[in-house]
Amino acid sequence: MKFDPNGSFLYLVAVIIILFVIAQSLFFLIRAYKRAGVIGMDMKQVRKTIISTTIFTIAPAVSILLGVVTLSKFLGLPLPWIRLSVIGAITYELPAASTTANALGVSLSETISDPKAYSAIAWVMTLGIMPSIVLVPILLKRIQKGIFSIKNKDAKWGDLFITAMFLGMISAFLGMVFSDVRSGLVGWIPIFVLLFSALLMGVCGILVKVCKIKWLQNYALPISMLGAMAFAVVITPLIG
Amino acid sequence: MNKKSYDNVTHFYGQIWIWTAIVLLLCVPISICIYYNAWPGMAPVLEGLLGVAPIFWTVGTIEVITYTPMLGTAGSYLGFVTGNLTNLKVPSALNAMENAKVKSQTEEGEVISTIAIATSSIVTTIIIAAGVLLLAQLAPILNSPTLKPAFENILPALFGGLAVVYVSKNWKISLTPLIFMVVLFLLVPSLAGSVGILVPVGSIISIIAARILYKKKLL
Repeated sequence: MKFDPNGSFLYLVAVIIILFVIAQSLFFLIRAYKRAGVIGMDMKQVRKTIISTTIFTIAPAVSILLGVVTLSKFLGLPLPWIRLSVIGAITYELPAASTTANALGVSLSETISDPKAYSAIAWVMTLGIMPSIVLVPILLKRIQKGIFSIKNKDAKWGDLFITAMFLGMISAFLGMVFSDVRSGLVGWIPIFVLLFSALLMGVCGILVKVCKIKWLQNYALPISMLGAMAFAVVITPLIG
Repeated sequence: MNKKSYDNVTHFYGQIWIWTAIVLLLCVPISICIYYNAWPGMAPVLEGLLGVAPIFWTVGTIEVITYTPMLGTAGSYLGFVTGNLTNLKVPSALNAMENAKVKSQTEEGEVISTIAIATSSIVTTIIIAAGVLLLAQLAPILNSPTLKPAFENILPALFGGLAVVYVSKNWKISLTPLIFMVVLFLLVPSLAGSVGILVPVGSIISIIAARILYKKKLL
């Protein structure tokens, strides 16, 4: 069979995977939605969660699409489409593809034409990130048991423990924003963007709490994120 | 159905979905090899794996331990299949639980987190699919130099807002990990590429700080 990284067979494989992901997401969405009703949750809030998450997801999803476009120049469209719809992130897929391509002496600057190199890259992309999916069914119950026993011994400390985990994650990403400051004013752009996002979130908080604009609460994160991204578009040419 | 049996059933379905996903994922390279009769041999695969597996197997293991308590049962089974956890699924779940005023590790938290992660997964999949179908029309916009800074700064734009919500409420716990991380990245900027490994480091520092403050009755 003549190899084409944009061939119809590969699109068929991609469509099967995409349909599976949508089916799994719909299954858990419908199940959780029904459960919310059974346990008497405020269904208005549940619907707001769906709408605000949809709005919040658009910008990061477009950023993921950019990853698909980047990889497609070398791998064609179907494989990056599969990889970035399931498990993957561009931060992993690009090094996985480039390391294998380098090992095989294949150039990344043109569309791949060797089916063996292509299948090697597909294998590395798949196997190189397997623990993050295989370990979930193996470890999840044990991890939850550990958290449950901490909460059982001391409920307040159990809540603080989880909060501290969130804060550890947020701290790592906030710290990362400072990694470029030594490169001059350009390196400060991410910090200015971060501060602008924080400012927008603060303004939203004031509008919700002081001005009682309650509906804004669900949209504060998408507003601060999109506002800060727009701010990055404005300040980058001025600074850079 | 009580909470425990709901959770058990979620585990049951979750296991079926995630193991099916694993089999399907393995079928992708297998089907490529069979269809094109292109078996690459062990050497190039192992060579490629050597370049990525040490770091990404570590990061993957760390992510499972760190993120599953935040995502909940169904959220974990789904989020780890659909990926993009740090830049999308975890912030989506945290933000949704905060807005709904529910806590993780409660049934309400489980429901809201699942709804947020499932919605986010569906929207992402649809946007990527639409983007693939309309690539010719969208490429000039996506590759526009004007928009480039927006997508380059998506993480600071996301975590700036998220930090205000969490840090302002828990500033005493946040102070130590935050100072540690800022100093660390200022001293070793190259660590930016390994931020995934530093997430549990931040969490451990944060948990120790919280424990000390809690024992001293400062929280």
